[in-house]
Amino acid sequence: MKVMAQMAMVMNLDKCIGCHTCSVTCKQAWTNRSGTEYIWFNNVETRPGLGYPRTYEDQEKWKGGWELDKRGRMKLKAGGRLKNLMTIFSNPVLPSIGEYYEPWTYDYSTLTDAPAQEQTPVARPKSLISGKNMKIEWSANWDDDLGGSMATAHRDPMLKKIADKVKFEFEQTFMFYLPRICEHCLNPSCAASCPSGAIYKREEDGIVLVDQEKCRGWRKCVSGCPYKKIYFNHRTGKAEKCTFCFPRIEVGLPTVCAETCVGRLRYIGLMLYDADKVLAAASTTDDEGLVEAQRDVFLDPFDPEVMREAERAGIARDWVDAAQRSPIYALINTFRVALPLHPEYRTMPMVWYIPPLSPVVDVVAETGEDAEDTGNLFAAIDALRIPVEYLAELFTAGDVGPVDAVLKKLAAMRCYMRDINMGRDPDASIPAAVEMTEEQMYDMYRLLAIAKYDERYVIPPAHAELAHSLEELSTECSVSDYGGGQQDVFGEGSGTPTPVAVENFQMLQARQTSDSLAGPVNKAGRVNLLNWDGKGSPPGMFPPTGSDS
Amino acid sequence: MSVFFFVIFPYVCLTTFVVGHLWRYRYDKFGWTTRSSQLYENRLLRIGSPLFHFGMLGVVGGHIIGLLVPESWTEAVGISEHGYHVVAVAGGLVAGLAALVGMVILIYRRRTVGPVFSATTVMDKVMYAFLAVVIVLGMWNTIAGSILTIGGEYNYREGVSVWYRSFLAFQPDASLMARAPLGFQLHALVAFGLFALWPFTRLVHVFSAPVGYLTRPYIVYRSRDDDQLGSHRDRRGWDRVS
Ligand code: HEM
Ligand code: SF4
Ligand code: SF4
Ligand code: SF4
Repeated sequence: MKVMAQMAMVMNLDKCIGCHTCSVTCKQAWTNRSGTEYIWFNNVETRPGLGYPRTYEDQEKWKGGWELDKRGRMKLKAGGRLKNLMTIFSNPVLPSIGEYYEPWTYDYSTLTDAPAQEQTPVARPKSLISGKNMKIEWSANWDDDLGGSMATAHRDPMLKKIADKVKFEFEQTFMFYLPRICEHCLNPSCAASCPSGAIYKREEDGIVLVDQEKCRGWRKCVSGCPYKKIYFNHRTGKAEKCTFCFPRIEVGLPTVCAETCVGRLRYIGLMLYDADKVLAAASTTDDEGLVEAQRDVFLDPFDPEVMREAERAGIARDWVDAAQRSPIYALINTFRVALPLHPEYRTMPMVWYIPPLSPVVDVVAETGEDAEDTGNLFAAIDALRIPVEYLAELFTAGDVGPVDAVLKKLAAMRCYMRDINMGRDPDASIPAAVEMTEEQMYDMYRLLAIAKYDERYVIPPAHAELAHSLEELSTECSVSDYGGGQQDVFGEGSGTPTPVAVENFQMLQARQTSDSLAGPVNKAGRVNLLNWDGKGSPPGMFPPTGSDS
Repeated sequence: MSVFFFVIFPYVCLTTFVVGHLWRYRYDKFGWTTRSSQLYENRLLRIGSPLFHFGMLGVVGGHIIGLLVPESWTEAVGISEHGYHVVAVAGGLVAGLAALVGMVILIYRRRTVGPVFSATTVMDKVMYAFLAVVIVLGMWNTIAGSILTIGGEYNYREGVSVWYRSFLAFQPDASLMARAPLGFQLHALVAFGLFALWPFTRLVHVFSAPVGYLTRPYIVYRSRDDDQLGSHRDRRGWDRVS
């Protein structure tokens, strides 16, 4: 047994309102540079829909991820090592910019510079790639909220798989949002596809990163990742990807996308797993067995043997402790309501999802029946094959059994809690119907519905013994880092780079756990969104109004 | 005169080549990339780039054999001068033609495809100019010298190659080059110019040719760099207290 720790995320899709706040804050923090205009480390897709980049899930076309060869061994779907090198001069399965979308801006100056004239001047869209006028025909969210889906949805690769049973018609449609970030896979095919070995998985927390100094721009990882979560910066010629906001994680803060999530639907925590079992689990012969195989790779952090082995592997005590309190472990292995996205890609993804019950609830509610009644909901889950099968294509390689089980648990929780909220006697037969105890059901409800900040995010700082030096000591940062003292001689951006997390950990923690909305007044200065917690407006973002002086 | 062109100038270029690469690797690892433009355009690249690269690899291989293996060695293993010649010319023609056609496609693409053109740097243009001249002169030497035998037959293995080996052994003999046809002289000179430019262009990617990929494990694990925990490196003079 080789115990390793992995930072992981679970998203509860029922709560996602598709507001794209996560995408925007991530972009502000990480990809607001030139060359990354089209890059969204976090994107939110409307499903059914084509996704971003378009039809990325069609692996017969894009050849991402792994597959088993005839002898049942793991092989990159795009081909073995030699083939990978032979196709390096021109990657046959690289999505073009059009599959993402051609980024653009508007020629705003015509609005302000136009002379007095009869017609209203218009700001024309200008391509950020070629600088020319362009016609906007696609974007990362072109089919948001099913807009235009009548024309495009039939190309959704997942819908195609069940298409003989559905005609995509508006009357019988269903919809939900799928926020996606890099999966920080246990068996990352991006890393395996990289000819330079520049993509690595961190031993300590499993975060998958691109070494910008070792990347040589062979752009093989872009096609190797089945989730298309590696992007090519077309200015620097290097690959970039979601970093799981490691500078924040290292000091115990959640990722930007999780922190700013309006639905508070993201959970972050540790998973302990047995690295020796990953390859065997990823090589499970039938696709439908992959979810269970991956669950078996995870280790029970309460098992004394696991704790002993973890210690032997050099995992600090407070990390094991955090693994025990991990909401991820609870959702994946204890309550078993979270499922991986596309396990059939065999990369062992580590961002899991609680599938949405809402498509089912909506249908029941529309019929005028009671949508909080177990009987009605269970019957609807059984009857509404199309949404359930669609979810199964996303989360269980097409096996409806586990999706059914999760949806029934969520339905049961809804009904069980209604009784409690209405002041009626709780009905023990409801949890029993989904093989849970009343206590478990209540715990699950707590975690899903009302868990506080420190229950949703259980993130141990990088090293307990190093925690002190992780703080930005006052001796280390010059006054100008905080906007005081002398400004850098050559203006904004000159001099040594501004640290990513300007403020220290304790201070941020104090602010996050405080009740007031305003930031503390004692540390004025520049705050970038990387450490903004969503409360109030960050000091320094807007010029002082004068009234509060 | 010939000492300048075939001794001093080549050594200056060689030095620039070596020192330039060391400098670039030391200070600009971040800029060390192919700067792939496939994201912008795929149709032309799909034909042009493999054609150019496979051709180029053949050309480079041919040069290694032609310049570094002395004629006496191949004769010793029983390969006749004529036999060698036929194979070399045929191979050189195929590889050279592939590289040339590929390059024409790539240059055409660079110029006509809007996004690719706007991502083209000055160094790219200079590099392509040198590359094109070198390749055209090389092809001319093969065709004119060996097939059409314009200006008499010239066996470069007894002239240019010997000079090249003497050059690498730091005992250069410029007179060997001075007697070579003009086409060969120019080809060598422009090629050395290209070598001098090499470290400052995207051509550095050649030295990152990822052969290690064939043997390394698929998944790379690396330990976190504890020197840079938090967000910035320690300032000089400050030690972390733990
Ligand atoms: C030996 C291994 C080599 C590998 C693996 C390699 C790989 C590559 C790759 C991946 C690109 C980017 C293509 C794109 O997507 O735009 C590229 C571009 C290029 N390579 Fe190479 N290369 C090699 C050798 C060479 C050699 C020997 C030369 C010439 C002397 C060369 C000259 C070029 C040029 C000029 C370009 C730019 C093409 C363009 O976009 O206009 N390469 N190479
Ligand atoms: S999801 Fe992330 S870790 Fe997994 S293969 Fe893609 S880029 Fe790599
Ligand atoms: S973890 Fe950080 S980098 Fe990754 S998607 Fe979320 S905000 Fe972006
Ligand atoms: S911020 Fe939260 S609720 Fe909004 S789209 Fe992102 S994941 Fe969904």
